[in-house]
Amino acid sequence: MTKFLLLQNYAGTAVCDLPMTDWAPGDIKAHIDFQMALNAELASNGELVEAQGLAGPELAKFVTFDGEGAPVVTDGPFPESKELLAGYRMVDVESEARAVEIAAKASAAPGPGGVPIQQPIEVRQVMGAPSGDL
Amino acid sequence: MTARPGLEDLLRELAPQVLGVLIRRFGDFGSAEDAVQEALLAAALHWPAEGRPDNPRGWLIQAAVRRMTDQLRSDQARRRREGAAAFAEPPAPDVTGRDDTLVLLFMCCHPALTAASAIALTLRAVGGLTTAEIANAFLVPEATMAQRISRAKQRIRDSGVPFTMPEGDERAQRLRSVLQVLYLVFNEGYTSSIGADLHRTELSGEAIRLARMLHAMLPGDGEVAGLLALMLLTDARRPARTGAGGELIPLAEQDRTLWDRRLIAEGVAVITGALAIGVVGEYQVQALIAAVHDDAARVEDTDWPQILALYGLLERMTGNPMVALNRAIAAAMIHGPAAGLKLLDPLDGPLAGHYRLDAVRAHLYEMAGDVPAAVAHYRAAAGRTTSVPEQQYLTTQAARLQAAAAQPDP
Repeated sequence: MTKFLLLQNYAGTAVCDLPMTDWAPGDIKAHIDFQMALNAELASNGELVEAQGLAGPELAKFVTFDGEGAPVVTDGPFPESKELLAGYRMVDVESEARAVEIAAKASAAPGPGGVPIQQPIEVRQVMGAPSGDL
Repeated sequence: MTARPGLEDLLRELAPQVLGVLIRRFGDFGSAEDAVQEALLAAALHWPAEGRPDNPRGWLIQAAVRRMTDQLRSDQARRRREGAAAFAEPPAPDVTGRDDTLVLLFMCCHPALTAASAIALTLRAVGGLTTAEIANAFLVPEATMAQRISRAKQRIRDSGVPFTMPEGDERAQRLRSVLQVLYLVFNEGYTSSIGADLHRTELSGEAIRLARMLHAMLPGDGEVAGLLALMLLTDARRPARTGAGGELIPLAEQDRTLWDRRLIAEGVAVITGALAIGVVGEYQVQALIAAVHDDAARVEDTDWPQILALYGLLERMTGNPMVALNRAIAAAMIHGPAAGLKLLDPLDGPLAGHYRLDAVRAHLYEMAGDVPAAVAHYRAAAGRTTSVPEQQYLTTQAARLQAAAAQPDP
């Protein structure tokens, strides 16, 4: 089994550039139901490690420190906030192909009017133990 | 653990009493706790097959002492250190098991500990939960929780707190810490009792169990009774708080027939008993507010003037701006949204950037019919909340108002 992190950000897609607060209430519900059903399915398959949504970019901070004095903490709003991480799923699966399959399903989450939103999902393998002696 | 429920209840009641005896005798929290856990495990394995001993508490103490002694023998360095400590401490007067539980609870909620450590230690040592169960409830790896508990025990050892009941002012202050720890445990379970984290609700049940135990030990303390009543009256609403899809349902929209009447009756009885004691504290006032809400069969039957008066009292007692926020809602329900909005103005400083202020403003602007302002504040609140179900609720509120404004009723 291999762990993969499936990441998504706030960027709009070719199909949907509306913030969710402008969707029809029924479409929001369908979207949320879809995400919960996907998590439940992955959990019942024994593939879900963790699924988390992150609090909004309004609460994001960037921290840098040169090791002396006080760290520099930058609060939002950030001009590039659409690139910030919105949420992630960590899955533990048989193959990369399975991770890609799950990512595809997540990308087709329903948006306004039930049309698949086509959210880009970043698929990143988590590094693990060495496969053998080098 | 496969123990039958009756047996598990008994073991969990006896665990802190046995632990108290061992700490008093050996003076070391850490190894005493390990020995008690092993004795409990042995009891859970043997009693169902061999029958329950006549004196379960004595059996457990004997088993734990034996394990503790074995452990001390097998560890030379430890034996020297702790053997010396055991002789150095004057023998404590004999007390009953229940008193030991109370002393242990006071010890676990010691102010030298952070809230997170005190919570973990209380659930383990007094609640008798396993480290795995506590880790699972707080959604952290078991190794992380084991370390948190171990550091908490170390800290108590380092602080040199004697295993005795604190006296006077210190006792009152420690009781406040105990109540706060139990309330935090309850809220951790209650607020996450929606959506994906449903299994965490066990924490609320555990907090109520411990509060019941504390109330039984200190029946004359009004705030202990107030906290227990607050938990019962709040937990009674849990079945109505979540929709079929796991979504959050606010108090005003809950199906009140789903509320647990048995818990409400018990909560009302406890708070009524507490008021007879005379000294009114924060938990009692919060319990009274919960009781007034629970008393309304329909939301329009809510006795808002009473709630407004109680929030006024609570605000004077605490000076907490979150209480002022709730008072503004009650005022709006009686005198209209404009009156509520006016009461929110002074909160811009103390609650700057807090999503609850935006959420309440949104609600009051909606009551006032100002759709654009309501939408803007719902959006702002949705952007700043740190809870998924709340974020979904607030987002949906903004969307619902937008949709209604775009298609006005014919």
